[in-house]
Amino acid sequence: MITTVASGAVVALLLWLALWTVVARDAFLAVAGFVVYGLLLALVWVRLAGIDVALTEAAIGGGLTGALLLGAVGRLRRTEGETAAEGAGAGTRALAAVLAMGVTAALVLAVLMLPEPAPTLAPLVVPNMPATGVGNPITSVLLAFRALDTLLEAVVLVIALIGVWSFAGDRVWGGRPGPRYQADPDGILPYLARVLPPLGIVIGIYLFWAGADHPGGKFQAATILAAMWMLVQMAGLGDAPRTDHRGLRAGIVVGPLAFIAVGALGLWKAGSFLGYPEGWAKPLILVIEIALLPTLVLVLALLMNGPPSRGGAR
Amino acid sequence: MRLLLDIFSIAAIVAGAFFYLAGTVGLLRFPDAYNRLHALTKADNLGLVLVVIGLLPQVDSVLAAFKLLLVWLLVLLSSAAVAQLIARSVRRREKQP
Repeated sequence: MITTVASGAVVALLLWLALWTVVARDAFLAVAGFVVYGLLLALVWVRLAGIDVALTEAAIGGGLTGALLLGAVGRLRRTEGETAAEGAGAGTRALAAVLAMGVTAALVLAVLMLPEPAPTLAPLVVPNMPATGVGNPITSVLLAFRALDTLLEAVVLVIALIGVWSFAGDRVWGGRPGPRYQADPDGILPYLARVLPPLGIVIGIYLFWAGADHPGGKFQAATILAAMWMLVQMAGLGDAPRTDHRGLRAGIVVGPLAFIAVGALGLWKAGSFLGYPEGWAKPLILVIEIALLPTLVLVLALLMNGPPSRGGAR
Repeated sequence: MRLLLDIFSIAAIVAGAFFYLAGTVGLLRFPDAYNRLHALTKADNLGLVLVVIGLLPQVDSVLAAFKLLLVWLLVLLSSAAVAQLIARSVRRREKQP
């Protein structure tokens, strides 16, 4: 009874926050609403016993996406007034509203029309899990049964970073991304940037390692590690790396390359792309995970930094 | 013994919830940013420590207890730092009207 009331209250709050995020006039307020929405959604996933999804939602949905959107708000601030003044006509707004509601209605219909019980491959996954040597069903799906999705995900992240970098002008190409952050050296930020990263790095690596048998994994770990790196930069204690640094670029592509190499090995040894030879699943999954971690940390942090902006060609 | 521990947990968590409520009322009712920050960080940190103390007798391993304490310390650190940052940015904005 009490849990039903509490769940209902959270759902009502979630819907209200979603509405607030859409109708908020000020972009900063909308992003603030979106971050709280992500954290609350993580709570809903905990309630539905999807701890892995909850961790990802809190780290990526609330944390990283929120930070990226805040960066966008900062960059748009100068032109926000003009854009609002131009405004869209009533017809465009009505069309957008109808389109958005149509998509929502289609989604609702699709969910309501699902056969009962909903189609699932879960009963197939569980008996085959021991073959992967991984105890967490989510990890075994992501890196064994549906490894191709994860590979494409990693490739998409690298392409997204290339897309962001391509916004740089020729003069600053290869330079350092984003602003050089200045902070009061006696302030609280440099203090936090000295105290928190050692803890954050340990927690990140713990989440990464625990992902094999418990909720966690490389994505959540990479978000925490990238956040620690951004904290050091924002406190003025370290600068962003040059984007033409060879080591940095190698770190960015090592994950997808290792993934593809393991996939090719499967073609040769196990008869299919990304197939794991008998008894080799766990070590190969570990190799992919370890290779993906630097890629994810670098890409997530560099997406935050933005396009190269200063100190071009040497 | 079990019953006593449960009663202790309930009492501590209810007290913690009370401090959260007080902090939220302060956030909504206090006149300026400094006072609101004061209400939020002081009262909520006390609320969190009471909730953590209330949960400690309920965990089944020492490791889980350490994790709870770590969560408490990390929230303490981040909320203290964020309160400072917000207060400083408010003061900077007041200086240059």
